[in-house]
Amino acid sequence: MTAYLHAFGAHLPERIVTNAELAGRVGKTAEWIESVSGIQERRWAEPQATIATMGVAAAEKCLKIAGVPTSKIGMLIAASGSGARGFPGPAAAIADRLCLLSVPAIDLPIASAGSLFGLGLAMRLAETYGDILVVASEKMSAVVETEPLDPNSTILFGDGAGAALVSARPGKWRMLDAVLHTDGQYREDLAFDGSGTLRMNGLTVILQAARKIPSSIEEVLARQGLSAQQVTAFLLHQANLNLLTRVAKALDVGVEKIFANVQRYGNTSSASMLIAAAEWAETNPGRGPIVFSAFGAGFHWGALVADSTD
Amino acid sequence: MPDSSRQRLRTLVQEIAGKPAPENDEESLFESGLLDSFALPDLVSAIEKEFAIKVPDSDLNPRKFDSVARMEAYLADHM
Repeated sequence: MTAYLHAFGAHLPERIVTNAELAGRVGKTAEWIESVSGIQERRWAEPQATIATMGVAAAEKCLKIAGVPTSKIGMLIAASGSGARGFPGPAAAIADRLCLLSVPAIDLPIASAGSLFGLGLAMRLAETYGDILVVASEKMSAVVETEPLDPNSTILFGDGAGAALVSARPGKWRMLDAVLHTDGQYREDLAFDGSGTLRMNGLTVILQAARKIPSSIEEVLARQGLSAQQVTAFLLHQANLNLLTRVAKALDVGVEKIFANVQRYGNTSSASMLIAAAEWAETNPGRGPIVFSAFGAGFHWGALVADSTD
Repeated sequence: MPDSSRQRLRTLVQEIAGKPAPENDEESLFESGLLDSFALPDLVSAIEKEFAIKVPDSDLNPRKFDSVARMEAYLADHM
């Protein structure tokens, strides 16, 4: 199995929703919102924006950076947990808009860990299908902006999309290994039924996430004979700044190694890890091993390690 | 005479909350607002260190750590 990450892309809606704007609507203060989440603002998409349009925007940026035309794509994997339809999922619409008319396009409707699972699958499938475009797109505002607003979830989530190009052809980062896990006994602790309100048992989610993110990272690093201290950057699902800080502490690494943009974009579910990767690659693409990790509804979680090739 | 498990747990709660543990050891630490969801993993880690035990993932149920009394019961079963 040989696979490489070639490029990332991201798309964020223009509309900025500040804590001050939300505070009155959820009966809290802007300071309280930041203290419990680390989030200062998030982006919410305009009504006409869809998971597909945002996903395509991120995909096109990714392909432009990679210098790869859509005609070279052999598979599309689309992650989203906020899709409004039962079926078909957004993979078909994204494929259509990218003029991918005969390659397989697969949906991963598993929310926060969706892009991680997408990368993990793409890593294993690239030798068979060629260049694989992994897209994660979420319109979480449509999920949480449902009256009466739930303060605990409304403040957390934002909209956006990310993308990554995985190929068996040599690229910037060689994908070394991945561990993916699911424990379905917790499937009701974080769930959205397609309508109504998002359900979240915060105590269980945080307790499990704070343990399973570091353990999966240590698991995949140990398999490669690496330590957390050798990692250049951790590109994680941006759930909550308080959680990212605890992951750094559990791994015994400086918090500066944990790339964080949740302050500006909130939790964009599956999209967040690839948006973080896109920003990191654009601004600070240091050499050495990088680690991806995510945890979310299901519970699904895991980690993936890659290493720079230059 | 060494402190009892209950007293050591009350000390841990106070260190994490920055406030004294409730007088009633049956009172929920989370429903009372003394601790929030992010304090829970800190509390479990502190218990592991203080009592030299490993809480397995299968025991990561918030109900087991909801009050001083419940934590004491958990320790009694696992030490």
